Amino acid sequence: MKSITESNLTRRNFVAAGMSSAAALALAACGSNSAAEGGNDAAAGDAGDAGDIKVGLICLHDENSTYDLNFLNAFKEACSSLGIAEENYMIKTNIPEGQECYDAAAELADAGCKVIFADSFGHEDFMIQAAKEFPEVQFCHATGTKAHTENLENYHNAFASIYEGRFLAGVAAGLKLQELKDAGKLKADTPKMGYVGAFTYAEVISGYTSFFLGAKSIVPDVTMDVTFTGSWYDETAEKEGATNLINKGADLISQHADSMGAPTACENAGIPNVSYNGSTVDACPNTFIVSSRINWAPYYEYAITATKDGTAIDADWTGTLATSSVELTEVNENAAAAGTADKIAEVKAQLESGEVHVFDTASFTVDGKALDSYMADVDTDAAYEPDTEAIIDGYFHESEFRSAPYFDLRIDGINLLDEQY
Amino acid sequence: MIHISKRKELPLGQALAIRLGAIVLALVVCGAITTLFTGLNPISVYGAMINGAFGSQRKIWILLQETAILLCVSLALTPAFRMKFWNLGGEGQILIGGLASAACMILFGNTLPNGVVILLEIVCAIAAGAIWAFIPAFFKARWNTNETLFTLMMNYVATQIVAYFIIVWEVPKGSGQIGIINQSTEVGWLPQIGTYKYLLNIVLVALLTVLMYTYLNYSKHGYEISVVGESANTARYAGIKVDRVIMRTLLLSGAICGFAGLLLVGGTNHTITTTISGGRGFTAVMVAWLAKFNPAVMTASSLLLVFMGRGAGEISTTYGLNQSFGDILTGIILFFIIGVEFFITYRVRFEKKEKEATND
Repeated sequence: MKSITESNLTRRNFVAAGMSSAAALALAACGSNSAAEGGNDAAAGDAGDAGDIKVGLICLHDENSTYDLNFLNAFKEACSSLGIAEENYMIKTNIPEGQECYDAAAELADAGCKVIFADSFGHEDFMIQAAKEFPEVQFCHATGTKAHTENLENYHNAFASIYEGRFLAGVAAGLKLQELKDAGKLKADTPKMGYVGAFTYAEVISGYTSFFLGAKSIVPDVTMDVTFTGSWYDETAEKEGATNLINKGADLISQHADSMGAPTACENAGIPNVSYNGSTVDACPNTFIVSSRINWAPYYEYAITATKDGTAIDADWTGTLATSSVELTEVNENAAAAGTADKIAEVKAQLESGEVHVFDTASFTVDGKALDSYMADVDTDAAYEPDTEAIIDGYFHESEFRSAPYFDLRIDGINLLDEQY
Repeated sequence: MIHISKRKELPLGQALAIRLGAIVLALVVCGAITTLFTGLNPISVYGAMINGAFGSQRKIWILLQETAILLCVSLALTPAFRMKFWNLGGEGQILIGGLASAACMILFGNTLPNGVVILLEIVCAIAAGAIWAFIPAFFKARWNTNETLFTLMMNYVATQIVAYFIIVWEVPKGSGQIGIINQSTEVGWLPQIGTYKYLLNIVLVALLTVLMYTYLNYSKHGYEISVVGESANTARYAGIKVDRVIMRTLLLSGAICGFAGLLLVGGTNHTITTTISGGRGFTAVMVAWLAKFNPAVMTASSLLLVFMGRGAGEISTTYGLNQSFGDILTGIILFFIIGVEFFITYRVRFEKKEKEATND
């Protein structure tokens, strides 16, 4: 017994001794690092006035996930346009949705970051935990739902009106279906789409419904099958899901999940695909039509500038077409119907002017009836209690009462193949 | 011709020197690879790794906490491994223990007092883990089924059960995640010692290490385990009830894995996900093997693996390298550490030249 305690003790001493030499080494490492990048720093410093603030980003995966890549690119873009030097922005990748996220946030705060971003839905509670502990640091969480009910001055949510982007992508899908119909190339008499979703979560429901309504505005007799994978990133399940939808007679596929599974299945089967998170034209030159995505750079610039100036950041910030937060990639003329780009521009102008609303109650029915009232679950609670009237002035007000989507209606014309997730 | 023969036991000092030499060699190879592929100065890369693990008070706490959890799982596997029962089901046993703790926190969080919830959690987590390991042990003892496959399969079953309950308890609906349980009331959270978030976990695992060392080396049970591991027939001849020893030992193994699940869910994360064990059930296999199933040495081997992991993360943050690069370095170092055991056990001779080509 005695010998064990002794060996434990010596080990601890060993660790302690290691620490001091470690610190010395680390200092040496940092020194050489900043010296090497000093030149960049000076050059970048002139470009903006936020140069001396330190910022951090926490990502669920790394650049191999289309979802995280979209955040990483936007973060670097925002930092470079604000003149923040490379050693003043820190990125932590592959941070799971657990205590690791709190630890990462706390480490970034220790390192002097004044504003810290996280990119994954499951990071939210751990960001809140960190926000309570570091009141002088701003914590900004993308896609979360709790900022408006937590009432913390330094905790914020952000999202974008991506349903408008999905609607425009749906318009492109509708035009393609119309072209197939005119050429007699539909698999059945009426056009049918397929959609691979991750979870039966409002964010996904809002996404596929706005996509469907966009297509329906061009081809009113369209229907859609939706399948769920139960994961935000599962290449095999997404590929199988898309193949299954194609076998069930889908003329066109879109998806809300983060791997290349569905686009690849479409390219292999020669079925047109409307993508998400960014262009997949390189891998799918014959079937990629267009992709909608959220551009996070405007939000990053807004939040960093506000932190620097000491002004308040909105508890919920919703990017729009007008703030360039919602974007469509270039249309692939190889696969898209003629005139797609022009039509998208036309509808986009109508959305921006308020002439067209995505969730106009005149454009959809639930169980055969048009709606004039719907209580949405805006304040997150374990009982899923509906709390806010969302249909006002003839349309569903998405992303207005909080930034993250809360449209979760099951509308007619969309057939859910499985709902277990 | 190369001639390989078994060595006599090496003196401890010499064996240690050989191992140290291997680590130095591994660092040199890693350094060469780093410079070749990234153009970075290997010394500063090592500096960043050390900084990632020890760079601040918080980082040291995280390092110790991660080490404690990994060590806890390794301790759990050790009695089974000493018996040559290959329990590869640590992952599932941790998950099911974690699920039991989460269930207590969710179901009784609003009705029972905090102390009772915590007590229930401890009992349920340990029992759940024990049952999860007992099932394959029972089949092994009765019908001599293959425990490697059986325990592996139990991992998948546990993952699916956790996935099912996540959908039952998910907040908000459809999101596929539970989030922090009882975040406002903190009911069912294991208590925090002073201002030190992770101290309790570390103390508990340190205690467990001492207990396990004593159990294996100084108790009758520990002796029986060793005998069964050496030869089941010898054990039978000596009057040891092998079936009973297998089942008893796996109950213990699973119980400690369940306890690790409790520490993860009740102690630190306060939520449950299908990936909460983070592969520790398998990493622990390596920790235990590296230490030759000696609990005291395992503190060092788990510290080494956690250090490498944290260091790899820091490299990706500091240099913008993909985390996989850190994993490559870890792989090289482990290759050398494991490979050197061959040279410690065997002597390699090139017969013709009568020249020794070993060790360094």
